[in-house]
Amino acid sequence: MSESNPEKSGGLKEIFGNLDWRTYTMVFALILIWIIFATTTNGVFLEARNLSNLMRQATITGVLAVGMLMVILPGHIDLSIGSVAGLTGGLAAISQAWLGYGFIPSLLIGILAGVLIGAIHGVLVAYANIPAFIVTLGGLLAWRGAIKGISQGNTVPVNLPEFKNIGQCYLRKEVGWGLAIAAILAIVFFAYRRFQAQKRYGVEQNTATLITRALVPSALAIAFIYVLNQYAGVPVPVVIWIVVAIIGIFLTQNTTFGRYLYAIGGNPEAARLSGINIKRYVVAVFCIMGALAALGGIIYTARVGSAAPDAGRLLELDAIAACVIGGTSLMGGRGTVFGAILGAIFMASLDNGMSLKNFEDFTQDIVKGVILVAAVGLDMIGRKRS
Amino acid sequence: MLLQMRDITKSFPGVRALDGVTFDLAAGEIHALVGENGAGKSTLMKVLSGVYPASEHGGEIYIDGKQQRFNGIRDSEAAGVAIIFQELSLVPEMTVGENIFLGREPRTFGVIQWNELYRRATELLEQLHLPINPRTAVGQLGIGQQQLVEIAKALSQKARILVLDEPTAALTETEVETLVKILEDLRARGVGMIYISHKLDEVFRLSNRITVLRDGKTIDTTATAETNEAQVIAKMVGREVNQIYPPDTRTPVDVVFEVDNLTVQDPHTGKKLVDNVSFQVKRGEVLGVAGLMGAGRSDLLMAIFGAHAGKVSGQILVEGKAVAIASPNEAIAHGIGFVTEDRKRYGLVLEQEILKNMTLAGLKHLSGRFVTNLDKETELGGKAMKELRVKANSLFTVVGTLSGGNQQKVVLAKWLLNNPKVLFLDEPTRGIDIGAKQEIYTQIDKLAREGLAIVMVSSELPEVLGLSDRVLILREGKVTGEFTRKEATPENVMARATGSF
Repeated sequence: MSESNPEKSGGLKEIFGNLDWRTYTMVFALILIWIIFATTTNGVFLEARNLSNLMRQATITGVLAVGMLMVILPGHIDLSIGSVAGLTGGLAAISQAWLGYGFIPSLLIGILAGVLIGAIHGVLVAYANIPAFIVTLGGLLAWRGAIKGISQGNTVPVNLPEFKNIGQCYLRKEVGWGLAIAAILAIVFFAYRRFQAQKRYGVEQNTATLITRALVPSALAIAFIYVLNQYAGVPVPVVIWIVVAIIGIFLTQNTTFGRYLYAIGGNPEAARLSGINIKRYVVAVFCIMGALAALGGIIYTARVGSAAPDAGRLLELDAIAACVIGGTSLMGGRGTVFGAILGAIFMASLDNGMSLKNFEDFTQDIVKGVILVAAVGLDMIGRKRS
Repeated sequence: MLLQMRDITKSFPGVRALDGVTFDLAAGEIHALVGENGAGKSTLMKVLSGVYPASEHGGEIYIDGKQQRFNGIRDSEAAGVAIIFQELSLVPEMTVGENIFLGREPRTFGVIQWNELYRRATELLEQLHLPINPRTAVGQLGIGQQQLVEIAKALSQKARILVLDEPTAALTETEVETLVKILEDLRARGVGMIYISHKLDEVFRLSNRITVLRDGKTIDTTATAETNEAQVIAKMVGREVNQIYPPDTRTPVDVVFEVDNLTVQDPHTGKKLVDNVSFQVKRGEVLGVAGLMGAGRSDLLMAIFGAHAGKVSGQILVEGKAVAIASPNEAIAHGIGFVTEDRKRYGLVLEQEILKNMTLAGLKHLSGRFVTNLDKETELGGKAMKELRVKANSLFTVVGTLSGGNQQKVVLAKWLLNNPKVLFLDEPTRGIDIGAKQEIYTQIDKLAREGLAIVMVSSELPEVLGLSDRVLILREGKVTGEFTRKEATPENVMARATGSF
């Protein structure tokens, strides 16, 4: 089927990945602060070791941001994920340190606990009609209390080497290059498919766009692996993050599940009257959030090497900030996983750069607060114009 | 001349909404402003009210011969202009009295004088014959009453120029009569009124002059007594429009949908919103459902669709088999489609594209059970767009930017893509211009000819009488009459709807 009026490629962007002007602004801002930090630290910022640390630091916020986006899309929020991360990370640590379980069972216990907690949140929000803000605020308090009680205030060490590896290990350089090649193949494949689809929809296409669409991401993938390999290889947490991101992007953009989330957030009444069982999807996204909070908690525990009772404090705020800076609307119906990831990288870059410049902790907090408000403010102004 | 608007131009990026429009209004006159959606009526009124400040439009506005420069709504209000927009601007959580005097509460030294406020509100409401307690929260009133409160609010501003934009859209016949009396009273007192409406019978009943806008230009201004509906329509549309309603040559077949003894009770008060209603619809038939606002028609449809919060009892049969419907999902699975009232609130996700809206109710079979198939969706959506003649750049245009008529077509497409056995329509042409209305009527006729059973709730009597094979009348939740097309007349349908027979 071809249209009588060829569609401008601007419309195509909306199908293939929601890359609107907001995301381009985000990328631009990211590059900008990288340049700023690179020049003001005499290039130390761009050293392989630093960039590698930056990505590692971004991982946990990044994983949580993917889950948070999926909760925000249908119009809710989750304030408890810091406490949930602390609790589930603690449970996983306790399973292998005190209960003597193996690696996989400990992991599973942590993640299943996260899913269960998410289910509780989701059921309360969807069926008892308690606002998500309240349910998860209660969760923030209660789950923190739970881990303090269970651990009796003790810091639980991580003994199993495989467990530690999740947080501290790096991929072998060859494996890293293997990933790069796999990425390039996928990029080229999808760029080609987009090319074919554009032809079908009657859009004027040219090979130059195809090549750019294939080359730029491929170059980025190569640069990414190259820089990380320069130091110690791709960190395992980052790999986990990439997998989560890919699944997240797929879920939100290419499945009926994702489509329904956007509809529920965009207009819940219309979604309901179109036959969407909203309650079921709300429970589902909270379960996903719980699982990802657990994953984040486990990675954090693995990296630090032990589970402290107050681990994960304030993580929810970082995740929300990442989503919002990445273009998500807290009212629901608008935002992308990709944007949330860029937001996480942006915030980690801020943290990292300011630490390199030896900014005091309090200064860093003030700067982050100001930038968060500024980012959303600019977004609002931009929305009014368009 | 009370008001003169000369050479008004207003442009938006890419669109010239008003192109040298001239309009004037005398004191003690009701001047109707008509035109299709997008002709520029609302834009012109926004210029008059100062929503578009003087710096952002061309042309001049004169009141009593003096030029005005409005920079905001306060300026126009100070000059004696009051506008009642189609979209209500009331705060549901506040009381009627608070809403009427919002921002202009009687104060002494900054302290609001509530007793005075409610005294004045009561006076105003009595003038309007509105038996409402001014301390009721506006959100608890029916939409017709809310609209009259909106009018009370405008009247409390002692306006000399009153603009009414589709004022009777949500009013019952009785409420319309009240409004007519108020307007005639105001006319006698020298107030000038600009009356914007799609309902030409009202226009011809009330107005002294009629101005037709089309594509942002003034086409013509004539005295009402010197023209007729056909001429006005022709000017609005730019072409001769003869037969709006398709001819009556349908032959319905077998019964495909039946409702027996359906009763719906309000979840809070237990009041029967729908009282023992039974009816049948045949394949290829259009069943019109008439009645006043509050008669229970929308409640009936919502209950059938499994979307009513109240207690529902009775039987629903699809193709002869009794079915249980507890949610919209189940209704859809049984082959029921429902084009709801108020497309912006209940029918569309305004910030998403046409395609995503069209496929929303049937995503699993139009696209894929888990993974979406954009190619398949685009193909099906493209066909629907062409068949229904949705005017938009592409399937990926955001629905919020479309005109009312095209938005309604998208909602219609959404349900048709599910291949329903019976399609319910609730006020399908509300807020839609005459050209698009005609297209929708043609569609409804075509669908019925193709074998679809259609149940159409509408408050526009001409529409119900023009399209239906049979007419069902509801009053206070009960069926009070049923006529075939031949038997139904405006009088006997109205009589059954109001209970005055």
